[in-house]
Amino acid sequence: MTTYLLKRLAISLATLVLASIVVFAVLEILPGDPARLMLGMNASADQVELLRNQMGLNAPLALRYLHWASGLLSLDFGRSYTYSVPVIDLVRERLAVSLPLALIALALSTIIAIPVGLFSASRRGRAGDTISMGAAQLGVAVPNFWFALMLIYIFAVWLRLVPAGGFPGWSAGVWPALKSLLLPAIALALPQAAILARVTRSALIEVLNDDYIRTARAKGLPYRAVLWRHALRNAMIPVLTILGLQFAFLLAGTIIIENVFYLPGLGRLVFQAITQRDLIVVESVVMLLVAAVIAVNLIVDLSYAVVDPRLRSRQ
Amino acid sequence: MSLLEIENLSLTIGETQILKDMELSVAPGEVMGLVGESGSGKSMTALTVMQLLPYAARATGRVSFDGIDILAASEDQMCALRGDDIGMVFQEPMTALNPVKTIGEQVAEGIRWHTKTTRAAAEERARKMLDRVGLPEAKFPLSRYPHELSGGQRQRVVIAIACALKPKLLIADEPTTALDVVLQAQILDLLLDLVAESRMGLLLISHDLAVVTEMADRITILRRGEVMEAGDTARTLSEQLHPYTRQLAQASMHVPARARPHDTSQGKPLLQVEGVTRDYPGRRASLFRRAPTIRAVDDVSLSMAPGQSVALVGRSGCGKSTLARMILALDKPSAGTIRFRGETVTGKGEAELKPARRDMQVVFQDPYGSFDPRQKVEKLVAEPLHVLDKKPTRAERREMVAHALHEVGLDQRDMDKYPHEFSGGQRQRLSIARAIITRPKLVVADEPVSALDVSIRAQILDLFAELNQKLGIAYLFITHDLTVARAITDEVLVMHDGKIVERGKTNEVLDHPQSEAARALVTAAPDLHRAIAKRMQEQG
Repeated sequence: MTTYLLKRLAISLATLVLASIVVFAVLEILPGDPARLMLGMNASADQVELLRNQMGLNAPLALRYLHWASGLLSLDFGRSYTYSVPVIDLVRERLAVSLPLALIALALSTIIAIPVGLFSASRRGRAGDTISMGAAQLGVAVPNFWFALMLIYIFAVWLRLVPAGGFPGWSAGVWPALKSLLLPAIALALPQAAILARVTRSALIEVLNDDYIRTARAKGLPYRAVLWRHALRNAMIPVLTILGLQFAFLLAGTIIIENVFYLPGLGRLVFQAITQRDLIVVESVVMLLVAAVIAVNLIVDLSYAVVDPRLRSRQ
Repeated sequence: MSLLEIENLSLTIGETQILKDMELSVAPGEVMGLVGESGSGKSMTALTVMQLLPYAARATGRVSFDGIDILAASEDQMCALRGDDIGMVFQEPMTALNPVKTIGEQVAEGIRWHTKTTRAAAEERARKMLDRVGLPEAKFPLSRYPHELSGGQRQRVVIAIACALKPKLLIADEPTTALDVVLQAQILDLLLDLVAESRMGLLLISHDLAVVTEMADRITILRRGEVMEAGDTARTLSEQLHPYTRQLAQASMHVPARARPHDTSQGKPLLQVEGVTRDYPGRRASLFRRAPTIRAVDDVSLSMAPGQSVALVGRSGCGKSTLARMILALDKPSAGTIRFRGETVTGKGEAELKPARRDMQVVFQDPYGSFDPRQKVEKLVAEPLHVLDKKPTRAERREMVAHALHEVGLDQRDMDKYPHEFSGGQRQRLSIARAIITRPKLVVADEPVSALDVSIRAQILDLFAELNQKLGIAYLFITHDLTVARAITDEVLVMHDGKIVERGKTNEVLDHPQSEAARALVTAAPDLHRAIAKRMQEQG
């Protein structure tokens, strides 16, 4: 088990370092001078040169990478050109929206998908299965912003239960903040749940053909108990893989939903930073997401080992 | 009064009739043997009693267990019976246990479910049961996972699960088919002990007549879903009144007619294995310590003459398959040399090996798994032709395939069919056709008949014998089945823990084994003659 853990940890760290080099290099290669952008089109060459020196843009590449990377480690991401505030403050502010949103959406997706998958697998080929998998097919096909619009129409415009958009901030109280995240979370969760339910179903169907299911039935366990106690845990590996991928997507890939609901999330931050060539912000957020994805993958890898004892004893 | 009584049972799955007017009964403390070839409906009979049939199955007739009408019982009633009054043991011990739960959880689960006792009490009972089936606490604590156990040990766990609540009836469906003969004998003894201990009825399902004869008081012979004959084991098998019974018994003891073996004293040996050893890295205990090596094959030397038929016998895990892989140059020895037709094959590259590859071919155990289901027979059988120096034209290729098919008793029109259109025995003929198409001097056959029914097995053994005589092919048979070794080989090598511990003429070694390993194999091997004689004595 410790060998497995150490190995996974080492791989994760190596990936992180490699990713940081790639992120740094790509933004170096891209055309456009941040100093000129900050000063505007009318600035003189001398002014630009002065700012470049100030920003350390004229130092050798390797040195700049080391400076940037060590900054990241101490959570010093530098200052945003456009907002003129430390990047870390921007990110912290946006994460306060994006992280809870992603977690709620992920939780909703799991809570919907696993029971639907179990239900469908246990009624394979019958009406219940056909209906729920048809619904899942629809969930995969329909884009999440359409769900978002429908949800706004029903719950905000018509029933007036929740606000149609915007985010009051956590300072306004936990409940109002949560309330404004609820609809976007549902809109995000529905397509994810549809995918996850299909994965859960097919993983379960495969597992239900295994011999140990018959052994469990021969013990006298009713079908439902066999499904929960024996089949589900064995079907968890593909489900966990998809969950890991979904979390990464939910953290950063939510720009459309953020726009529909006027949420100040990470997605919008990156989008604006890219259009304004605020490279420091882009770099920082991308690195943050890379770190998050690697961390999630590590957690997924470790949860494989929790689920399957054979992985624990293998090297 | 009978414990289990099956009358006029008919079973259909979809449109297919599986069982027809099936009759069978088991009394308390009695062992009933249910014998039949694959597809005869043995397993479906068991699943009917358990009511674990596939979704589309429809059963009619009467099945009564301990006064309960099984076919009319509700799912709740069946759940109460399963695992409590009726236990079941399955064929595949490697996959019959849940890989993510400890053996303790799995044995205790049924106990807790039926007796509603506490976890601690259930675990205590599970512990006692595991001790009883020969898995003592010191080596097999409840916290072990199935993957940490061997096949034989896993089957003991399955038996512990089935017998944990002292069922009135135990159904064992081919419980030892996947195990080697020594383990088989141990497991069968354990089952008999459990029957004697608590007057449990045992329904033993097997395709192996010898095993059933050794075990069962009464026997029911099933063919295509119909009972051919039923009665006392001794009488049924000694009189062999029913033609199908006679056919089965004869096929089980079949020895192909072979002229005297080729003269092996003269001429150069075909294959020489000298001091071959194979080490594998074992499991590493720590990141900083070197992994201990596991010696799979230990300083093995042997020699085979052209046209000679040799058996390599031993228990599972003794290294016989590893040795065969090295002979076929599919694996490299850690030490020692292998010479084929006088030339060294060890350490050569693929290109240099081509001529040798042409002259040695292989037949595997599983006729279902060894063919790509999406390719036609012509292409499958022609596969080894790529080792020829000159690529044959399409017409030549078809000619060669047709010839090979003819030699194994198949029709040349079969070459345009797909593998699923053939039965198990026919598929094994196909793999033999594939092996002989390059006119090899040596065929290595890894348990080539152990997945086949007895009557088919007899035909395939005849085919091997015929090809040996006609084409002068030498065979290396890898098997744990001594009847196969006896039927078709001139010499036998007994392997144990990576070493060859005994060698000699097949009959001499099998009749008078000297080494402990050989003796263990011979005593454990079920033998129909011996079993009938013993039954006759017991049952008068």
